[in-house]
Amino acid sequence: MIDIPLTHILILGAILFSLGILAVITKRHAIVVLMGIELIFNAANLNLVAFNRYQPDTMGGQVFTLFVMVIAAAETAVALALVLKVYQYFNTVNLDQVRQPSQD
Amino acid sequence: MVYTRNVLYAAFGLLVTLLALAAIFVLLFADFVALTQLMVYVGGVLVLILFGIMLSNRVADQAIQSESVNFFSGSLAAGMLFSWLLYFILTAEDGLKIPAPANGSIAAKSSITAIGIRLITNFALPFEVTSFILLIALMGAAYISTPEKHD
Repeated sequence: MIDIPLTHILILGAILFSLGILAVITKRHAIVVLMGIELIFNAANLNLVAFNRYQPDTMGGQVFTLFVMVIAAAETAVALALVLKVYQYFNTVNLDQVRQPSQD
Repeated sequence: MVYTRNVLYAAFGLLVTLLALAAIFVLLFADFVALTQLMVYVGGVLVLILFGIMLSNRVADQAIQSESVNFFSGSLAAGMLFSWLLYFILTAEDGLKIPAPANGSIAAKSSITAIGIRLITNFALPFEVTSFILLIALMGAAYISTPEKHD
């Protein structure tokens, strides 16, 4: 059976986290920002599962990963509803163009 | 998905990333988590994101673009963050040298039973709170996305 070193998994998690941060701070499309947040969630999940691999008797990491997934799904649902509302209101999802509405 | 400008390409890149993460979860002996990753993320969240992309853009647009702003400073900040994390991962070597458990003790055994038992004994309260949060969040999403009938 293969045995992946923990350090490699943690480095992969760090790469995913940094790319998620990069997507969040450089993109201006609201849904792409959401995708960056999903990447950050997945980096956290990867770290939890990797640490659970080394402490398998409590299963705390995997159970917590399931909780994180549920919270991420709820977050995505709410955020996409907000994005659709913003789109109906401002007619754009570009975060730089979302301003206070003109008085008309 | 970060370096493309097309939002649909970014969504498909995210799809590939999530599938690869499911494979890595399998390699880490987390089969139930990998299955949940496939069902919740690939089957649910990503379809929701694709719906959001389709609904929030004019169809007449030829391609849904998402330009990058502050790309240099943004990648600089992300690179600094990554090197910071890498420094701590590589220098905390003594803390990460946890011996891997013997392969015979956990291999060839599904983790579903252990997760299910933990979920209704040790983690019963977080389980209930999570279900309640999910209910409230979905109610909120449905309430937000309904067009208001008044005025």
